[in-house]
Amino acid sequence: MSYAYYPGCSLHSTAEEYDKSFRKVCSGLGIELDEVRNWICCGSSPAHATSHLLSIALPVHNLSLVEKSGRDEVVVPCAACFSRFKFALYEVERDVELSRKVNEVVGCDFGGKVNVIHPLEILSAKTAIARAKVVRDLSFIKAVCYYGCLLTRPPEVMKFDSCEYPMSMDNVLRSVGVNTLDWSYKTECCGASLALSETGIVVKLVGDILAEAKRAGANAVAVACPLCHANLDTRQAEAEALKGEKFGIPVFYFTELIGLALGYGQKELGLDKHIVSVEPYLNSLHGGV
Amino acid sequence: MSEINISYNPSFSPFALALSRESRQDVNACFQCRKCAAGCPVAFAMDLTPTQIIHAARLGLEDVVLSSKTIWLCASCQTCTTRCPQDVDIARVMDAARIIAMRRGVKPSVKSVKTFFYTAVKNIKRFGRMYELGLIMGLKLKSGEFTKDMELGMEMFRKGKIKLVPSFKGMRDTRRIYRAVKKEESR
Repeated sequence: MSYAYYPGCSLHSTAEEYDKSFRKVCSGLGIELDEVRNWICCGSSPAHATSHLLSIALPVHNLSLVEKSGRDEVVVPCAACFSRFKFALYEVERDVELSRKVNEVVGCDFGGKVNVIHPLEILSAKTAIARAKVVRDLSFIKAVCYYGCLLTRPPEVMKFDSCEYPMSMDNVLRSVGVNTLDWSYKTECCGASLALSETGIVVKLVGDILAEAKRAGANAVAVACPLCHANLDTRQAEAEALKGEKFGIPVFYFTELIGLALGYGQKELGLDKHIVSVEPYLNSLHGGV
Repeated sequence: MSEINISYNPSFSPFALALSRESRQDVNACFQCRKCAAGCPVAFAMDLTPTQIIHAARLGLEDVVLSSKTIWLCASCQTCTTRCPQDVDIARVMDAARIIAMRRGVKPSVKSVKTFFYTAVKNIKRFGRMYELGLIMGLKLKSGEFTKDMELGMEMFRKGKIKLVPSFKGMRDTRRIYRAVKKEESR
């Protein structure tokens, strides 16, 4: 099985471990990823907050690159890119005039025949194979799955899982032996890019999310979004100071946990890149991973 | 979230008309149920709730909307859009309000957010892909907060999470697309 792959800016920088671990898991499960050549940024929130046309044009350029390469499916791991790609498809499909304008400014003839999928969708279909390949016992991990905002909302656009209580990440992780817990903050917002402008808001939201994770009895948080990861991981110390409470909860990309279960090493999966260190955690809880 | 096309409607105030044109959303459909305000994760930091913003827009209170903190603090989490019983894409209305505020040169109530959007969107144009170090330095120059997050930034740099050199891949395409968008929008 082979897919066009759009990593997006974060997976080449702040979320390199998401890229590394996703590639490892795919190679372990016989899934081939073919990175889109010369892809550009999806525009993310800076584009849709400043120009609606630009916010649709940037994803459409990338989608047209996929279409031109003869593929009809592209896998997009970053929740923000995933959202912008889905919004672009949704809008050009419904608005002929916008579609014409976008094709004109991009200089392409995008036919809309590209399916945008998230790694969780691919891996949800591979749980039986993944389960058979598990070589490491991770049953000591009690994770809460944090889906964040953009993977599932708004449902008419994203058409992915349930927007109030999603389960896809829970099911994938359970299939490789990770315990996942019931909790009510699955789709709360971490404040996203406000981290770089109004940091205090993000620290407060991160504190609320981690406090709830702790109350639920979790010893790990699993995420599928680079911005969720960055905020919960890099702002954890500030959130602890604000709440006057020690969390010490490592934040994993769900692909890192699958990778660990499949037997890959910490470094191969990029686990050394976390700010809340996972090494002592994995060592102390499991007599060494 | 259904799109509408409004040309003229006497029941719209001039500002509601402008906002509805930019957002393609019918703000007059709002019946003030306050679900958007109840679910908003950032409401605690806003001066007006999203519900109040929509109400002010309907009344034509342009300055109340455009000089609010709310339109800048909206994190685009899509909770309001998802839950609105009247199918108004409120997050899109917030985007439209920001765009109108910038176009009309209204002084932003939360300058840091406007600076972030502005700096980031230029960064993408220049490099094709987001160049984080350039973005961070740009924000520091604009805000004057040189020591903010310095320790965290250094640690991320040591862990290879922040790259020294930008990629430059696709920069020709982004520059071309930005130019064409600007031309189309000035029509």
